Amino acid sequence: MHELPVTQSILEIALRHAEQANAKRITDIYLVIGQLSSIVDESVQFYWEIIAKGTIAEDAKLHFERIPAKILCLDCNQEYAPGDELVCPNCEGMHVKVIAGEEFRMDAIDVE
Amino acid sequence: MSQRVSVVENILNANDRLAQENRQRLDTAGVFSLNLMASPGAGKTSLIEQTLPRLAKKLRVAVIDGDIATSIDADRAAAAGAQAAIQINTGGECHLDAVMLQQALNQLDLSQFDLLIVENVGNLVCPASFALGTHKSVLVASVPEGDDKPYKYPGMYRGVDVLVINKIDLLPYIDFRMDYFRRGVKVLNANLVEFPLSCRTGEGLDAWVEWSLGQSK
Repeated sequence: MHELPVTQSILEIALRHAEQANAKRITDIYLVIGQLSSIVDESVQFYWEIIAKGTIAEDAKLHFERIPAKILCLDCNQEYAPGDELVCPNCEGMHVKVIAGEEFRMDAIDVE
Repeated sequence: MSQRVSVVENILNANDRLAQENRQRLDTAGVFSLNLMASPGAGKTSLIEQTLPRLAKKLRVAVIDGDIATSIDADRAAAAGAQAAIQINTGGECHLDAVMLQQALNQLDLSQFDLLIVENVGNLVCPASFALGTHKSVLVASVPEGDDKPYKYPGMYRGVDVLVINKIDLLPYIDFRMDYFRRGVKVLNANLVEFPLSCRTGEGLDAWVEWSLGQSK
């Protein structure tokens, strides 16, 4: 998995925004991760402790907000959470659209 | 004093921006580009080997090969007639990203090519998350991998434009339910262009080559 480059991106984004805010320390980082984004929280946390060392984000706590996947069936307009398959449980429709669960962003940071 | 700073930024924003730059470079030079992705052993390099001789004299082709180690794939591409073959060794990284492609593009005089084929690292997970800036993403599936792969690797199947199903000559020997496979694909990606073929027998290759030619012009 690619958690190392992802963690490096998280650090880069947080430091850039902290610098713009003239912050001395980053205390919290709020991440929003969709269920369909293949990222393992524990693994990001593991790399974080290594790469954030020595930066103003060293002691920052990573908050992971997980967004469950939500699918819209374009045949019957039903919204549902996917099981093992994405096929619509209501009409067995195959024309579906992912409307939530692909999020992969940083929403905010707390700084001092 | 604590202060909340609003960020709202995509975590892979830096990669996506660089991918856009790569795309602009390719567009400016008039080079059409493909990102070939697959599990190890599905036949990415074999597909390139079979495709290049069929495009000879029609298109000038460059190949960029991503692997964790060795230049085996770039050597095979060069032997098959690529006008340029560049090997990227990712040193353990499980996918190519836009920076690696940018560095490889720096080694090419893009005005000398019509088509760029990028062969990603063999992996059905990570390459799907990292845009390179190429025009079309091609997934090379293969019959021996089994018919359940769209169900197990939905992210990869959802993100591509073209699906090559390689090794169809093995269908009589392997319990591969094409209906089940296609059902899994369809729900993830209804608009996929599909090319069932065999790099070993040559069956189905003409349609794939025609498509590549048509896209590159």
